[in-house]
Amino acid sequence: MPISQEAHTVKQFDVQLANLRNMVLEMGGLVEDQIQRAVAALDEENIAASREVIARDRLINGLQVKADEDCVSMIALRQPLGSDLRMIMSLINTVTDLERIGDGAKKIARMTLQIYDSANSPPSAKLLRDVRPMAELAGNMLHDCLDALARLDVDKALAIINSDDELDQEFQSALRRLITYMMEDPRTIGHAINVLFIIKALERIGDHCKNIAEHIVYLVEGKNIQKRRNLDVHTIVALAQEKTEQ
Amino acid sequence: MSTTAIQTKAALDGGPTPAVETREQSSAGIADYNNRQTVGKIKVENPKMVCQGVDVHYGAKQAIKNVSLDIGANEVIAFIGPSGCGKSTFLRCLNRMNDTIPICRITGQIKLDDEDIYDKIVDVVQLRARVGMVFQKPNPFPKSIYENVAYGPRIHGMVNTKAELDELVRNSLERAGLIKEVEKRMNEPGTSLSGGQQQRLCIARAIAVNPEVILMDEPCSALDPIATAKIEELIDELRENYTIVIVTHSMQQAARVSQRTAYFHLGDLIEVGDTDQIFTNPRHKLTEDYITGRFG
Repeated sequence: MPISQEAHTVKQFDVQLANLRNMVLEMGGLVEDQIQRAVAALDEENIAASREVIARDRLINGLQVKADEDCVSMIALRQPLGSDLRMIMSLINTVTDLERIGDGAKKIARMTLQIYDSANSPPSAKLLRDVRPMAELAGNMLHDCLDALARLDVDKALAIINSDDELDQEFQSALRRLITYMMEDPRTIGHAINVLFIIKALERIGDHCKNIAEHIVYLVEGKNIQKRRNLDVHTIVALAQEKTEQ
Repeated sequence: MSTTAIQTKAALDGGPTPAVETREQSSAGIADYNNRQTVGKIKVENPKMVCQGVDVHYGAKQAIKNVSLDIGANEVIAFIGPSGCGKSTFLRCLNRMNDTIPICRITGQIKLDDEDIYDKIVDVVQLRARVGMVFQKPNPFPKSIYENVAYGPRIHGMVNTKAELDELVRNSLERAGLIKEVEKRMNEPGTSLSGGQQQRLCIARAIAVNPEVILMDEPCSALDPIATAKIEELIDELRENYTIVIVTHSMQQAARVSQRTAYFHLGDLIEVGDTDQIFTNPRHKLTEDYITGRFG
């Protein structure tokens, strides 16, 4: 059952739900900005900007705490059911994933400091070659997530879930390239490991985006598609029954 | 009722998470306001009562419109819906309480264990012993606590000796979770008890005649949260031996005590399903609007 567009009899509840959703979207915007800044700082070898990204992560954590508190108080005071309950549960889960994405941006900034804020000579450009395309993919996924959340667009959410494979493949080939560089020239190992942390952070951002997309599908359709991750016999039987019932 | 479904084919094949997910769109779409056909499964595997095409009229006004619903053995089913939706009327059909209202006319079929309860040969007094009822306001007889419970078994001739009756009264009070509070005051009037105790006395009175089904019409609406919790715990325990149908205005209560929930609206049975599903993901727009407080 999709989300009802009607207003609640208790108007204050509408206001609270709208505020919560706006807060999550605002947090999403902030997280998106953090990734862009972290990657740009890496590109521009900008130490100050990297430090700023690390400092701004606190803002995101603060928003997460606030959103969590609002969700708990709404559950306690309004006893939400149906789509309201799914909205609150999806948002509370989304907030957790957004916070982790924020941590990813912070990780990239930290690695930038490791790479450029030391006595070592800067890495060769080829080591960093895969970062930009992966950052673009991850950034697009997050952007689409926020868009899908704002519009409650299930088709878009499903497209995001599918696009995570692309990012995973990018990560695998980038990893293989890094290993090759390390084998060719052991002096690159120090930098290569830092870059590895960066691409791993980007790959994780994709996973969190996939989670958010799954929360959106649950929010709109009331179906938990995460359960298909670990398929066992019981799940398959249950899904088969679900299928025949429909 | 098929709504939009996430494709599960790859999952059914037992493969890993499918590479491509698509969205199935059924032509039927989601039940909207105008669809008054019951959504959800009205049949159960092991029915205690089976209702088929029940219509109820009060004079010219139709209070229940073509409702079909199974009530499963040993299940707690909750009827919810806004005031005047017909949930109490339908509940009262299940033990012919509506017979006492002269302008009330009931058509369709209601069966208890394959017996039509509206058949001419059915003894209504016997029927109501099998399908007991607990009302909104506790209504103990103006008699002693003991007599309140003993009255039913005595008029139904269920016991032969005083000792048997004593045992039955004790047993019923015990099952209703009231015995500890009243064993030393059996001869005091039933009305001397607190509201919650009176309601449990009424439940003890109902189960004393060994019914198969217990109908409860908002049994907790006059009680405080502690007394309500005791009744709800009792409902859970009684489920082992009885089938319970409860009408409630509190959706939280329906969610807490029932396994299935039926939503009524203006005389139509709009949706019935597992309580869990009704309160997290209802399929009919009217149900969704009602449970989320978007009504009217």
